[in-house]
Amino acid sequence: MSAAATTIAHEVPPQAGPRAFLRRLRGGDEIAHLITLTFSALILLITSMLVYELWANSHLSRAKFGWMFFWTRVWDPNFDNFGAAPFIYGTLVTSAVALCLAVPLGLASAIFLSELAPRKVSDVISFLIDLLAAVPSVIYGLLGIFIVVPVMRTTIGPALIHTLGNVPYIGALFHGPNYGVGFLTAGIVLAIMVVPFIISVSREVLLTVPREQREAALAMGATRWESTWKVVVPWARTGIMGSVFLALARALGETMAVTMVIGNAPTIAASLLSPGDTIASTIASQFTEATGDLYLSSLIELGLVLFLITFILNGLARILIVATGRGGGRPA
Amino acid sequence: MKKSLLVVSLALGLAAITAAQNGTVLLNSAGATFPYPIYSKWFDVYHTAHPNIQINYQSIGSGGGIRQLQAGTVDFGASDGPMTDEQLSQSKFKILHFPTVLGAVVPTYNIAGVSGELNFTQKALAGIYLGTITKWDDPEIAKANAGVKLPNADIVVVHRSDGSGTTYIWTDFLAKVSEDWKKKVGNAATSVNWPAGLGGKGNEGVTGLVKQTPNAIGYIELIYAVQNNIPYGKVQNAAGNFVKADLAGVTAAAAADAKNIPDDFRVSITNAPGPKVYPVSSFTWLLIPAQIQDAAKREAIKGFLKWMLVEGQKYNEGLTYAQLPKEVIARETKAISLIQ
Repeated sequence: MSAAATTIAHEVPPQAGPRAFLRRLRGGDEIAHLITLTFSALILLITSMLVYELWANSHLSRAKFGWMFFWTRVWDPNFDNFGAAPFIYGTLVTSAVALCLAVPLGLASAIFLSELAPRKVSDVISFLIDLLAAVPSVIYGLLGIFIVVPVMRTTIGPALIHTLGNVPYIGALFHGPNYGVGFLTAGIVLAIMVVPFIISVSREVLLTVPREQREAALAMGATRWESTWKVVVPWARTGIMGSVFLALARALGETMAVTMVIGNAPTIAASLLSPGDTIASTIASQFTEATGDLYLSSLIELGLVLFLITFILNGLARILIVATGRGGGRPA
Repeated sequence: MKKSLLVVSLALGLAAITAAQNGTVLLNSAGATFPYPIYSKWFDVYHTAHPNIQINYQSIGSGGGIRQLQAGTVDFGASDGPMTDEQLSQSKFKILHFPTVLGAVVPTYNIAGVSGELNFTQKALAGIYLGTITKWDDPEIAKANAGVKLPNADIVVVHRSDGSGTTYIWTDFLAKVSEDWKKKVGNAATSVNWPAGLGGKGNEGVTGLVKQTPNAIGYIELIYAVQNNIPYGKVQNAAGNFVKADLAGVTAAAAADAKNIPDDFRVSITNAPGPKVYPVSSFTWLLIPAQIQDAAKREAIKGFLKWMLVEGQKYNEGLTYAQLPKEVIARETKAISLIQ
C-alpha cells in the first residue's frame, strides 16, 4: 500500500511553500500518504521489536551455548543443558509431512471447485471449507487424539511397517515401535488443519484467471484438462504458492494440536512412527513452569530459532517463485 | 422529585466510592495450577464472609508465580515446589512459605488381561521410568504381584510433557528412592530430561495416552484419578508396605514427617517414614513476602491465612485435597506473625 502511495506522492511535481502543501492536503493525497506510511512502518516496527525482544531475552542461553544450541540433542532442565536440534528436526519433519499430504489434496480440490464443479456446489463447499479454517486448533488436537491416534496405532502404522517398511531406503521411515503418536500422526493432523487454507486461497486465485486464457487454450484444440493444467494453473502459480506458504507457516507454528499427538519426546529418529517434538509445542508446554533463568532464556531462544526458520523458508519461497517465473506463467 | 432522586443517588455513589477507598482491599496473586480449584473456592468463600477483601488468583503455573512475585507484580505467589535457595537469594525481598493443602501422585496403567490393583515396589517404579525395566513380567514387578499373570510385553512409559507440580512430586519420589535416578536425571523438577517414554499434556493427556496405549504406565494426580474414576496402583512406602493413595494416607505422610519440617516449611515429604504413609505426596505452598508495606494488605493476608488454616481446611475434602495435619497448622499459625 505504502509503495503505491509513495509513487503517487512523487509524481506530484515538487512545489515549495506551505500553501502548496495545504492544497495537496485538501486533495487527500498527503493524508493518505501519511496514514498508509505510518501503518506500514508500524508492521516493520512490530517485527523488529519482536526480534529484538527474542534476541535480548535469549541472551543467557546464547552466551552459554552459542552455535552449539543448534546441534545439541539434549534438553535437560534439571542439569541446565539445552539444545534445539530435536525440536528443529521435529518442526521440519512434521511440516514437510503435512505439506506432502496437503498440497496434492488441496490443489486438486481447488481445481475441482473452480474449474469443474457447478458454481452452486462450489460456493456451498467453499463456505464449509472457510468454516473448517476457523475451527480452533485444540479441536483438531482432540480429533487427533481420539480418532487419528487409535487408527494409526491399530491399522495404518502396522500396515505401513509391513508394506513400505520392507522397501529398501524408504523402509527406514516406517519401522520400530508404533505407539500411534509421532511425527506421521502430527503431520496428518497438521495436513487436515492446513488443507482448508490451500483450497480456499487457491480456489480464489484460480477463479481470477481470465476467461480468455481458458478460451484461447480450448480454441487451440486443448482438452479441458489440458487447458486447466497447462494454462490456468501456471497462470495462478504465484497465488497457489502463496497459499502453500501460508499453510506452511501455520504448520510450523502450530502448538496445541501438535503437542496432543506427537508424543512429546525430544528425539531425532528416521522413523516417521517415532515420537518427537516441535519447537512451538515445546514452548507452549514448558513456558509456564520454566523456573530457572537459563531454562526460560533457552525457551525464548527456541522462539528465535523458529522465527529464523520461518524467515529462511519464506526467503526460499521468494526465490522459488522468481526462479520458476520464467516460462508458462503470467508475467510478474 | 427528580432532583431529590438525583441527590440520593449521587450520595449513594459517593458513599460507595469512599467505601472503596477506605475499606476494600484488592489482593492479586498467581501461581500453581494444581491447587487452583481449592484456592478459588477459598478466595470466593472468604470474599463472601469479608466483602471488603477481594483476592484474585491466576493459575499460570508455579514457575510463573515465582517470577511474578519476584518482579513484584503480584501481592503473593503460589508454587507446587518450594523455592530453591538460589531463587530465594535472587529475590530482592524475603519470601515466606506457607503450606496450604496436600496432594498426591499415583501410578495408573493399562495392561491387557490385568484388571486388579498392581503393587509397585520403589525399585520397580524407578526402573520403569529409567528405562531399565522394559517388560511387564520383569521379576521386580512380578515379585510384588504374586498371582497376577503379567504379560511379556514392552512397557510404554508415559510422562507429562508440560512442566508441572505433578512431575515435581513424582521425580522427587524417584530421586529419593533411586541413586541411579538421582545421578542420571537429577533432583525433583517440574520438567526433566526423561530417559524413556512418551509425553502427554496435562493429567488428561497422560490419562488419554495410558488408556489408549496397551501396556502403558503413567502418573497422574490423585484428585484427577478419584474424580474421573481412573484405577491406580499401590506404591511401596519407606516401611515396605504397599499403600493405596487416599486422603487420609496423604495427611498421615505429612503428620509422620511433621517433626522434621524446618521452620521455613520448605520440605519434601515424599517417602516419609510410617507404616500407613502414602509415599508420593507433597505440600503445595503460598509464597508470601515477609515484609508488606501496605498495612491494609498485610492485615488482609494475615487474616486470610488464619482463616485458611482453620475454616478453609474444612473445604479440602469436598474438593479431594488432603487436609494439613494438626501439627503443621499449629506451627503455621505461629509463623503468620513473621509477616510484618
